[in-house]
Amino acid sequence: MFMWIIKRDLLLAVRRQADVLTTLFFFIIVVSLFPLSVGPEMNMLRTMAPGVVWVAALLASMLSLGRMFSNDYLDGTLEQMLLSPQSLSLLVLGKAAAHWLVTGVPLVLMAPVLGIQYDLPGEALLVLTAALLLGTPVLSLIGAIGAALTLGLRGGGVLVSLLVLPLYIPVLIFGAGAVEANMSGMEFDAHLSLIGAFLLVSVVFAPWAAASALRVSLE
Amino acid sequence: MIPIFVFAAVALLGAGLYVGFFVAPTDFQQGEAYRIIFIHVPAAWMSMFLYVVMAFWAGIGLAFNTRLSSMFATAIAPTGAMFTFIALWTGALWGKPMWGTWWVWDARLTSELILFFLYIGFMSLQAAIDDPRRADKAGAIIALVGVVNVPIIYFSVQWWNTLHQGASVSVNQAPAMASTMLTGMLIMVFASWMYSIAVILKRTRVIILERESHTAWVAELHKNGAI
Repeated sequence: MFMWIIKRDLLLAVRRQADVLTTLFFFIIVVSLFPLSVGPEMNMLRTMAPGVVWVAALLASMLSLGRMFSNDYLDGTLEQMLLSPQSLSLLVLGKAAAHWLVTGVPLVLMAPVLGIQYDLPGEALLVLTAALLLGTPVLSLIGAIGAALTLGLRGGGVLVSLLVLPLYIPVLIFGAGAVEANMSGMEFDAHLSLIGAFLLVSVVFAPWAAASALRVSLE
Repeated sequence: MIPIFVFAAVALLGAGLYVGFFVAPTDFQQGEAYRIIFIHVPAAWMSMFLYVVMAFWAGIGLAFNTRLSSMFATAIAPTGAMFTFIALWTGALWGKPMWGTWWVWDARLTSELILFFLYIGFMSLQAAIDDPRRADKAGAIIALVGVVNVPIIYFSVQWWNTLHQGASVSVNQAPAMASTMLTGMLIMVFASWMYSIAVILKRTRVIILERESHTAWVAELHKNGAI
């Protein structure tokens, strides 16, 4: 069931590549806007880079949340999934995993290139990528709760940002913190471990919360 | 019940403000401006406490499907958000003369700001849903997710703050307070309690009447001019 959901959502994403590319280019454009707005001074850009890349990743991941359930909701597939004997939490986990593969992974792959734009040193690039790799699944999982709660509401897109962005803050702090720690010559393992801890906690609890939210929304 | 709490709130507020502004001595380091804490500290306490209470009642409403507890949670949210706002606002007013700045990215200030966002999220989610039962349940889920996250956010912000070598000033004011100051503050805390209880009960009553407006007993009350 889990694999089936992922496969199905990936297939849908491949058929509609524009969605995936829009998110990716949104990410790239947001990151590229910052040097234009604050000036091309390399020293400043280097200190800003982790924060900018992370905030852009947060926004990009959040913008695509609306699609996680809404298409299935509109054509009635979601209702059938709810009626199925399989565990709904597992289904949500599959949905979140697919969302991460479609939006999170491209961001992770793109991040080193954007880091070079900001003149990050080689090791910091690696840390940035590792932190994003651990952190973006958390964004998809927490986002699933927000997406499930705002399903079918008017103005759901703006609302979802109000709901999930405050919850993203811990990931943002440690994600950007890891890179900063590395650049200032400190250990960054603790940051990555904490993001890993967030990931584990959210893998356990977020699908469950999102599943109850889906039940509420589809009542 | 409501008039009792209203009376208690007004009386305690009067007493607290009197003690705060006329009885308590001027602080020797901070001058007169420290008197803001008589409003600031109770507001900050209430803002955090009310969020937990709100999540508790929302959770009860979700688990046992009791409508009244969900309505209670809905009624708490605006009061909690108001206290959060007051805490932030008075904190800024206090920070200006003390630290020379309206705002620092101190751990406590930041987490209070995030708490404000959580209240706003809860309220706007409920406002966006037309069906009141769905609004109750959706609100309950986001309130519970929020309450799990509050400690995580709090510690993240704290660690983040220490990583950044901290702001040059700290909110932890160490000097032991004169007992009249403490008395004034405690009276103000009780005043905030009474105020919250009175307002929340009143708001719950309005919510009940609003939701039951189709029923016969509400129509009866209306006809008799009771509401």
